[in-house]
Amino acid sequence: MIVGERKPLQEIIKAVEPFEKILVLGCGECVTVCMAGGDKEAKETALAISVARKRAGKPVEVKSHTIERQCEFEYLEAGRKLIEDADVIVSLACGVGVQTMNMHYEDMRTLPGINTTFMGMPFQQGVWVENCLGCGNCVLEETMGICPIARCSKSMLNGPCGGSQDGKCEVSKETDCGWHLIVERLMKFDKLSALEEVKPPKDWSTSHSGGPRKMIREDVKL
Amino acid sequence: MTMSNLQKVLNSGAFVVTGELGPPKSAEREKIEHHGHLLGGVVDAVNLTDNQTAIVRTSSIACGKILVDMDIDPVIQITCRDRNRIAIQSDVLGAVALGIKNILCLQGDHANFGNEPAAKNVNDLDSMNLIRSLKNMRDEQVFIGGEKLEAPIDIFIGAVENPFADPFEYRAYRLAKKVEAGVDFIQTQAIFDMDRFERWMAKVRELGIHKKVPILAGVIPIKSLGAARYMKNNVSGMIVPDEIIDRIKAAENKKEEGVKLCVEMIKHLKTIEGVAGVHLMAVAWEEIVPEIVERAGLLPRPKFD
Ligand code: SF4
Ligand code: SF4
Repeated sequence: MIVGERKPLQEIIKAVEPFEKILVLGCGECVTVCMAGGDKEAKETALAISVARKRAGKPVEVKSHTIERQCEFEYLEAGRKLIEDADVIVSLACGVGVQTMNMHYEDMRTLPGINTTFMGMPFQQGVWVENCLGCGNCVLEETMGICPIARCSKSMLNGPCGGSQDGKCEVSKETDCGWHLIVERLMKFDKLSALEEVKPPKDWSTSHSGGPRKMIREDVKL
Repeated sequence: MTMSNLQKVLNSGAFVVTGELGPPKSAEREKIEHHGHLLGGVVDAVNLTDNQTAIVRTSSIACGKILVDMDIDPVIQITCRDRNRIAIQSDVLGAVALGIKNILCLQGDHANFGNEPAAKNVNDLDSMNLIRSLKNMRDEQVFIGGEKLEAPIDIFIGAVENPFADPFEYRAYRLAKKVEAGVDFIQTQAIFDMDRFERWMAKVRELGIHKKVPILAGVIPIKSLGAARYMKNNVSGMIVPDEIIDRIKAAENKKEEGVKLCVEMIKHLKTIEGVAGVHLMAVAWEEIVPEIVERAGLLPRPKFD
């Protein structure tokens, strides 16, 4: 899933200062699951903006609404009336949703209300971790299902660096060393010899390094 | 092809001593030369760190050139943190053109340790495939992308290994992998936990790696109690046992105790099978190096024409 975190309220309040009719638009997918931009957060954010503006002596109309999936054009029609009625939209969807909104409602401004942080998973209640960088050439088969690109702070391909201690990454004692986990899992399956081969430099051209990516499938195109 | 001094001393079978020079956070050539004067003659080659702990300093290659001009054999460090493969290969060619031969491949401390924590960490290559890539540039005259170099280059490729990092059981295998990748010499992380180092060396010998590559054991003279504590708590991948801290703490003359400890360690390391020399990292205490090398009985250094 895509994980995000709501922007500080002050930042959102400042961003909507010039506007009079504000719609806070939640998304029903990933950001609902990670409790950053679902219906509940959209209502809270709308209320916070409304209270702040009243306090500042510039009361304003703030509504909230949630769209099932903001990252697809076909879902965006559902909110057309409310959307067109507003001066500005604060989207609590991920960065993809915000851009889909801006493309679909091109005469309106849709501002980001959350910081999209990573692709990852809910690890424990209240804890999300990054697992994949979408490198475009998955190597999970070679690393026992643990991603060395996303879970090693240095995206190394050939084993742990010299900063790995007690299972933790040198970057922070709060972060597991991805390579420690890979080595442990290889040992568990008696496959440590898989690390003997010197992996060549990665071809990053399939990642974002190759420029913004686009996937075209002729077989499913209309 | 001509050999670097480091290569010659290693080939001669003599116990090697290398030193380390931390480039300044300035462009003061005199400072680099001053430290060069302190180290030249008492060590066989001098490492130039590459923005160590992710702190911006003068370029290791520029400092290497200054040492070349002083007739001191430099070992320039190259990390994967700050440069992609285009820049690294270009810098290697530049270094060779400036008369530098010894290149040490490192991954590099993460930028969040340093004075530019907002920097983008590059890590296009990793230290392992950097070694292999440099070997291919030298032995096959080929760049990573497959294009040919226009003329051969002559480099002596080093790498580091850290017996104090985890998973411990994997560390000797990682060294074997660096040999497989094509490394010519190894420097270890600074040793304070001698027991763990010996366990690692036993595994290295069991795998026969010490016969394939010379290993220089890293040592740091402790200058003060604060320095010892700092290394224990703040330097990634280092183990400083409490006995060492206590010994420095109990000593009246802490500097002298630090030197004594360092000399004892070097003398001990010399007796360990498979240790080809020591790499003395007295950064910010370069002036103590001649005394340590002397007291460890390693002077004079061998000379070759
Ligand atoms: S290897 Fe690439 S695609 Fe696979 S999980 Fe890691 S970043 Fe994602
Ligand atoms: S400590 Fe582990 S996760 Fe962190 S950079 Fe090193 S190998 Fe990667």
